[in-house]
Amino acid sequence: MANVPPIPKRISAIKFGLMSPKEIRKMSATSIDTADTYDDDGFPIDMGLMDTKLGVIDPGLRCKTCHGRAGECPGHFGHINLVAPVIHVGFNKIIRKLLRASCRKCSRLLLDVPQKAHFLSQLTAIEEIGHRPDDVINEAYKEASKVKVCPYCGEEQLDIKFEKPTEYLEDGEKLTPTEIRGRFEGIPDEDIKVIGMDPNNARPEWMILTVLPVPPVTVRPSITLESGQRSEDDLTHKLVDIIRINYRFQENREAGAPQLIIEDLWELLQYHVTTFFDNSVSGIPPARHRSGRPLKTLSQRLKGKEGRFRGSLSGKRVNFSARTVISPDPNLSINEVGVPIPIARILTVPVNVTPRNIEQLRVFIRNSGVVHPGANYVFRPDGRRIKVTESNKEDLAEKIEYNWMVERQLNDGDTVLFNRQPSLHKMSIMAHSVKVLPDKTFRLNPAVCPPYNADFDGDEMNMHALQTEESRAEARILMQVQENILSPRFGGPIIGGIHDHISGLFILTRFEKKISKPNAYDLLRKTDVERVLPEPASFGENGEPYWTGKQIFSQLLPKGLNMGFSAQVCSHCETCKKEECPYDSYVVIEDGELIKGTIDEASIGAFKGKILERIIKQFGASQGARFVDNFTRLAIRAVMRSGLSFGIADEDIPKEASIQINEVLGKAEDDVQKLIQSFINKELEPLPGRTLDETIEMSIMQKLGKARDETGNIADSHMGLENPAVIMARSGARGSILNLTQMAACVGQQAVRGERIQRGYAGRTLPHFAKGDLGSDAHGFVKASYKSGLNPTEYFFHAIGGREGLVDTAVRTSQSGYLQRRLVNALQDLEAQYDLTVRDTRGVVVQFKFGEDGINPTKSDFSKPDAIRRIVSDVVNREVE
Amino acid sequence: MTKFSLLDHESVPIHEIMHEAELKSVLSKYSIEKEQFPKIRVEDPVIKEIGATIGDVVKIKRKSHTAGEADYYRLVIE
Repeated sequence: MANVPPIPKRISAIKFGLMSPKEIRKMSATSIDTADTYDDDGFPIDMGLMDTKLGVIDPGLRCKTCHGRAGECPGHFGHINLVAPVIHVGFNKIIRKLLRASCRKCSRLLLDVPQKAHFLSQLTAIEEIGHRPDDVINEAYKEASKVKVCPYCGEEQLDIKFEKPTEYLEDGEKLTPTEIRGRFEGIPDEDIKVIGMDPNNARPEWMILTVLPVPPVTVRPSITLESGQRSEDDLTHKLVDIIRINYRFQENREAGAPQLIIEDLWELLQYHVTTFFDNSVSGIPPARHRSGRPLKTLSQRLKGKEGRFRGSLSGKRVNFSARTVISPDPNLSINEVGVPIPIARILTVPVNVTPRNIEQLRVFIRNSGVVHPGANYVFRPDGRRIKVTESNKEDLAEKIEYNWMVERQLNDGDTVLFNRQPSLHKMSIMAHSVKVLPDKTFRLNPAVCPPYNADFDGDEMNMHALQTEESRAEARILMQVQENILSPRFGGPIIGGIHDHISGLFILTRFEKKISKPNAYDLLRKTDVERVLPEPASFGENGEPYWTGKQIFSQLLPKGLNMGFSAQVCSHCETCKKEECPYDSYVVIEDGELIKGTIDEASIGAFKGKILERIIKQFGASQGARFVDNFTRLAIRAVMRSGLSFGIADEDIPKEASIQINEVLGKAEDDVQKLIQSFINKELEPLPGRTLDETIEMSIMQKLGKARDETGNIADSHMGLENPAVIMARSGARGSILNLTQMAACVGQQAVRGERIQRGYAGRTLPHFAKGDLGSDAHGFVKASYKSGLNPTEYFFHAIGGREGLVDTAVRTSQSGYLQRRLVNALQDLEAQYDLTVRDTRGVVVQFKFGEDGINPTKSDFSKPDAIRRIVSDVVNREVE
Repeated sequence: MTKFSLLDHESVPIHEIMHEAELKSVLSKYSIEKEQFPKIRVEDPVIKEIGATIGDVVKIKRKSHTAGEADYYRLVIE
């Protein structure tokens, strides 16, 4: 950090104001008088809408104002002198407020002198603290429009009614824009300040247009169609309308046409000017193109999702990108992405022609349009782009020379970025290697779903083909999937086994399974490990060798890996016997061999996998990726061999268990009744800090909660680890014991806002219950299990609880999303420097040492000196504490 | 009312005005100007307590979840 960048320049203020007619004329290059655009020879007409003084868009012409060519000339404004003033739609709100707040005769603001002084001082005060003055201004308007008699000239004020879109009625009489303008002109500067306007930058009469600025032609370019016909921009069409009506208005007025016709024309002029600014004003029909399509006028260009701000400035479309549905392919490496052929044939990578690749590139060019790795474009040294077509490909293949460039189609091994929205963390965009595959979806290894938060229920993802060597190198080193297995959020793996990967290895490695030679080789078929099996663990009656699942899994582990930890299935006994665990729940790995323990979520799962984490930290990211690829393939083979299915019969529990469950529930219900009785008899002691009502609710909730847990335990005790649902829940593959309990034993209490269900009718939840019934079934306790089926009231309570869950998640995601957005916006420019300080763009230090300890979480063992312990035990060859 | 020192509270870390020499070594360590320090206002109660003035740099010894104790420096501004 020797060269600290200078503190960047800051914008001190932005001033907004209204445009005065004077200003509009001053910046205008010419007045526009004729509605015609081009003459018969196709040249722009002077003082027409395409006058070359407004800039040029046709090549070859020069701008008459700045003498620039098309492209150089930024364009210049013109103006139309309106025959009669019209209202600018954008200012209707202020115009209305101001009409009500000013005197109809003397134009002064309808506030007395002390009131004005009061508001003015408030405004200056609020400006000093930098708050928004809106409240004070609105208060001033409100006070002024209450006044019925002008305090200055004594004139009685009449009611002003605003009628959409641009009419003002004073006691039923229409106010013309001329009259309104006249009133506004009379408002003194001091009064304008009181309502928060700056008279130098925004006189209220400027809200009534007398002259209309004409945007430069560069803003509304005309397109020449293939037929040679010119098609004008929507804005030009609108301006043509305005000029025509303006002209007709003038003619009629000079000819002394009747008042009625003049008024009609005035209204028409108002309509055209209004739609020129905004074609979606309510109350008027939108101006339409000849084809019936509504015109896109000024505010339509800016507004909304596809408008200039959200559509063109904050977000843009990019080239060399693709988007389609994703689907799983466990045979791909986690570093790969399957790209459909149709996409691979469109996306390209630029390649410079060199002596080493010229022949290959010629093949690509000749392949173009026929076989997949072809070439789409060829660039000459002068930068000219030539499309490779069926007719010119032989020619081009001959013509290319060393300094040419060829855009070759995407092929296996190319580096691309892969992204799924919402991009909430850096792992939402990762670099993958292309693998071109048939069909039409992107394929990815299911182990990379967690970082993208993707599933295959119709999710789509985006892909970006990298175009330069620098970008490819950067992506490879920093963004490749294997470099992002460890999340900087918690220092553990965010990529890892999911669902079947976990069940598969669990089934394979639990206890000592006997696996014959063909089976052992078959399990390892898809992995890339050496096909040399270790010494068999046992021999059968006829001397045939058998291996254990642990041995098979050990084939994937690198030599030199030593570990010992509790598995996910660990039942947390009071005294852990560690290596001697009778439940095979303590994993011991010595020199890359799984000695004891079951492999489950704690070993290889996403977010938790300890073995995966250790391999990456000890052997590097490539080994880590290889391990993931291998164990996912092994796991899927393992789960396929044993089979894992789940059906309604797997929720069966023995008769005695259901009797036990019913006893527990019956007893709980009795207990609740006893509680209620003691509550009614006023014998219940309130809990500290609670009312009696709260106490009874809490005690009932607690009782019923306990009862549900008990039923769960009963059901659980009758379902051993041979039950597939238990396997999945215990190994951490999917689902929880609670899910099982609810299916087999008892669904339990339904809650709204953490309390029993209380809403419904007066004094009761449903007409099925007595008023004031505090019993368990009257407030949403579901005794039934999902398998046995819910009774109607239980079903209804369950729906209530379920709905709350849905609403909750919807609200939470939007709220936490906004919170995250604000946090990211605040922190995005901070950067950890090479000297370990964290600084902003000005070089101001935020943290003197990253995280105060300067530790990269992905490189440390959760900030514990685990590495030292490991080194010592490796050296002395035994566990040390 | 009994007077007590702000710094006696367990949540208020130790603030010290830095000496010229120490400040120089810190500035050269991070190769920054004084202006690039994080700022703290003179009106801040703890600044009043230790009597630092505008332009002083205070050293703060904070308890840290990650590092046990971490030093932080802040420039006193108006």
